[in-house]
Amino acid sequence: MRRHSLLVRLTHWINVAALFVLLGSGLQIFNAHPALYWGDVSTFAEPWVAMVAADRGGEAVGLTRIGPAVFETTGVLGFSDGQVRGFPAWATLPSYRSLADGRRWHFFFAWVFVLNGLTYAAAGLASGHVRRDLLPDREQLGLRRLLREIADHARLRFAKGEAARRYNALQKLSYLVVIFLLLPLMVLTGLSMSPGMNAGFPWAPDLFGGRQSARTIHFLSAGLIVLFVVVHVLMVLLSDPWNSLRSMITGRFVISREKGS
Amino acid sequence: MSATRRHWLSGLLLTATGVALAACDRLTVNPAVQKGLASAEGLNRRLQRLVVDRTALAQEFPEHQISRDFRPNGSISPADAEYRALMEGGFADWRLIVDGLVERPLSLSLGELRLEPARTQITRHDCVEGWSAIGKWTGARLGPLLDKAGLKPSARYVVFHCADTLDPNAPEGLGRYYESIDLIDAYHPQTILAYDMNGAPLPVAHGAPVRLRVERQLGYKHAKYVMRVEAVADLAGLGGGKGGFWEDRGYEWYAGI
Repeated sequence: MRRHSLLVRLTHWINVAALFVLLGSGLQIFNAHPALYWGDVSTFAEPWVAMVAADRGGEAVGLTRIGPAVFETTGVLGFSDGQVRGFPAWATLPSYRSLADGRRWHFFFAWVFVLNGLTYAAAGLASGHVRRDLLPDREQLGLRRLLREIADHARLRFAKGEAARRYNALQKLSYLVVIFLLLPLMVLTGLSMSPGMNAGFPWAPDLFGGRQSARTIHFLSAGLIVLFVVVHVLMVLLSDPWNSLRSMITGRFVISREKGS
Repeated sequence: MSATRRHWLSGLLLTATGVALAACDRLTVNPAVQKGLASAEGLNRRLQRLVVDRTALAQEFPEHQISRDFRPNGSISPADAEYRALMEGGFADWRLIVDGLVERPLSLSLGELRLEPARTQITRHDCVEGWSAIGKWTGARLGPLLDKAGLKPSARYVVFHCADTLDPNAPEGLGRYYESIDLIDAYHPQTILAYDMNGAPLPVAHGAPVRLRVERQLGYKHAKYVMRVEAVADLAGLGGGKGGFWEDRGYEWYAGI
């Protein structure tokens, strides 16, 4: 069967590239001040999240504070590769420390991400792709059905045959949450950090409880997107990787016949 | 999927990530890529100017939200001899020069500047690093000051020359702090040359005796230790040619984002 339209395939891969760059450059920007706050301003003495380096018996260690809890995260957060830095070199774009370069990557690919997302959303709504393929139908939303799907996923039992022709309810719901909630939230929290936009749209930072809250939510929802990508890729790898990957590149998805017995 | 296949696939993924990261670093230092990425800055400026009214005010806050720990950044105690001398004299000998493409150059003492049309505002300062702090600023509005000097029609930007050398290791003429804004921001009602912070004379760490407040842009645009305001037609002849100390080091000239 033909699973993915050309537009879905194109916007999917452009989105992969954009999110990759936005994540790496976003962590680079975060590293310029690796601490998070709630409200309008930074209360420097009491961030709710902070990554710092500390001296322990003449040796540098990386520490991550989340509220009252402190975790030793040497080599990853706070201190890595002999440097004081929030996230390590392998996670940031560029890998060396450069806030200016990070911002350039981030704001260029923010445009790519937004224009690509708008194209997908407009075409997806107009063509009926969202309604047809992503909105769960009534029967899929039954509690027993949902529980069974969760159990199936947990046991890594994936749909075969006819059932694989369409997304299951968990897939649909997670795609909907990511596409229509998390991704737009990233844009809105991002714009809420812009002092220029704040003058025209002061309700935006206020909506999130202030500019520093918007920054915190930007960071947290980026984390949720990473979580989604990890699970998404894991599901592809565990179910039918070649078939899924091919369908997102060429559009063709092979439905295997159910084994009769 | 077989175990070997899985192994092979994850190996491929890791290698691809490593290669991609190294490639990204090499791309970052490529001048053509830099130019391409920087093109978004013009897009951001035009979009913001399009959707935000040119005179729209930055958010203002009530007194009780003023930050008790407003972090000073950049120079916090300039070592420049000329500045030290002015500071030790309590800025009695300090003069603000307004010149360049103006009909009547000005030279104002701090006392004279305090008599110019002023504005007080409680605004949020957003550092490019990501943090914010709220402060109360009082200062002379830049627009009326420029009108007093009489801008020539060829003037397009206003440059702020500062007393502090932020990068002593830079080549001659490139280590001194400076900034520039266009006339839209220069004439914005909240654009002031601030001499008071939180109801007291501006502390040295925050740019005494006078700093710029250009509220709809990031912190590095708010030049401290301002000595001279110059009206110019273009920014090419100044410092590194990009319109500011940090701009010469890769940061955006339009810092509304």
